Amino acid sequence: MKKAKNYKIEIIFSGFGGQGILFAGNLFALAGVLAGYHATFLPVYGPEMRGGTCNCTTIISQTEIASPVVKEPDVLVLLNLPSYLKFMPRLKKKGLAILNLDLIPEEVILKDDKLNQGKRILKIPMNSLSENIGYPQLANIVAIGALWATLKPFDKKYIEEALKKMLKGGKEGLLAPNLEAFKAGIEFLAKEKTK
Amino acid sequence: MTNRVLIKGVEAVALGALEGGCDCYFGYPITPQNEIPEIMSVELPKRGGAFVQAESETSAINMVLGASAVGKRAMTSSSSPGISLMSEGFSYLIALELPCVIVNVMRGGPGLGGIEASQGDYFQAVKAPGHGDGRFLVLAPASCQEAYELTAKAFELADRYRNPVMILMDAILGQMKESTVLKKLNIKSITKDDWALTGAKGREARIIKSLFLDSAELAERNLKLKKKYEQMEKEVRFESILDGNEEVLVCAFGSMGRIAKESVLKLREKGYRVGYFRPITLFPFPKKALSSIFEKNNSLKQILVLELNCGQMVEDVMISVCGKAEVISKFYPPSVLPFPEDIEREIKKCLRKVYFVSPKV
Repeated sequence: MKKAKNYKIEIIFSGFGGQGILFAGNLFALAGVLAGYHATFLPVYGPEMRGGTCNCTTIISQTEIASPVVKEPDVLVLLNLPSYLKFMPRLKKKGLAILNLDLIPEEVILKDDKLNQGKRILKIPMNSLSENIGYPQLANIVAIGALWATLKPFDKKYIEEALKKMLKGGKEGLLAPNLEAFKAGIEFLAKEKTK
Repeated sequence: MTNRVLIKGVEAVALGALEGGCDCYFGYPITPQNEIPEIMSVELPKRGGAFVQAESETSAINMVLGASAVGKRAMTSSSSPGISLMSEGFSYLIALELPCVIVNVMRGGPGLGGIEASQGDYFQAVKAPGHGDGRFLVLAPASCQEAYELTAKAFELADRYRNPVMILMDAILGQMKESTVLKKLNIKSITKDDWALTGAKGREARIIKSLFLDSAELAERNLKLKKKYEQMEKEVRFESILDGNEEVLVCAFGSMGRIAKESVLKLREKGYRVGYFRPITLFPFPKKALSSIFEKNNSLKQILVLELNCGQMVEDVMISVCGKAEVISKFYPPSVLPFPEDIEREIKKCLRKVYFVSPKV
């Protein structure tokens, strides 16, 4: 799991306000810090309205990070259609997109065949998977599971440690469901591979 | 095991203030800096300090004045419109030679503006924080680590010069989280026994005042302050990336400095002859350091100044460079945040001008 000396990964998370986008971006950055990386987490900043889109940029790097803002990210984690339409054109040429198949229709993705050429696209029914384990609000953590399983920038235990740190102060009960959602994301990808 | 955490810039400021020995915090809430009073309200009472949420910014700054006068390490924090409300107090603090730390997490202006990231208060911070001929020592961090360390250091500097020190930062740095090492810092405490108003029992009474109706006395007062600002030159700080072969130098501070650094590093990797200069003290401005770069390097013909405002620091750069190079101002008003790619384009434009001087028609 040891990464190259100049390993650096830039990720944009985006979705509806309320989908846990900032939680997911923060979680991944914190896990990175616990694993010994440099990390920045930049939430979109400005007046926002309920139901509007929400995004954040997370960078983890072996070396010091200069700019916290990123135009063309290595990875996109997109949980809804407006985010797909907004950010997909900005993905790096050989970038990775982790898309929520429940809210981004497959026909829309297929229509962009040309734009998406050369990019790695993972379509994951994040809402369905989180509903299956009984926690429909944890689609964001299913996404984190898929993201971790694809990149594996650090050991899994750091996600667990980060979750423990973030679910303090009366939210400890949510740790087990979060870990289950994280596992669901990993397992979905493993199954896809063997198909 | 180092104490490495993921914290926001404003949280780093609060933790830095505690490390710097802050005794008292007074303030009034405003976005985007509310995490500072939030942390101070929890932490200061635990350490025997005082936290007061005042009824307005005007009261807050005068509470700072009172606490400072009796010898405490005092601070306040706010954002642009709130800072303007405090400016009368700023002038008095300078006049009374009272140390304190003031944090401005800038937002877009003028007026109530918006909450977007901006560096629009550069002039206010650096040139005229209040009326009269007074200055702040101004520190501009560009990372959460620097926000932590500079805020702690600010208390020592304020005490050393008996002058307010301002931490000037913007909403990007304030609201961004970054890996930060909360290391123990060696912040010196400086005795205030010779001036603080601690009760005159057993000694002669002291008067701290700003009214000097005797014109000779007032002139002398101003000259004394001027001398102090000159002594502050010792505190000049900056970051630079240079090897002496540059043709273009990029100059920016705070968040803008970081974005520009990314572009400079990328271009240097590809062999472009571009350097980087980030002032950390905005007052005193690193004039001599900047000027000497041009004296040492004859191929350096241009300096590109980038700011998240409509062009303010560029004037200090012009004074520093003093005709030794062409000064180009590229500015971004609130909510027009450039990406490193945009800056790369601007740098390349400058380099093209160096290589191909357009023929005279």
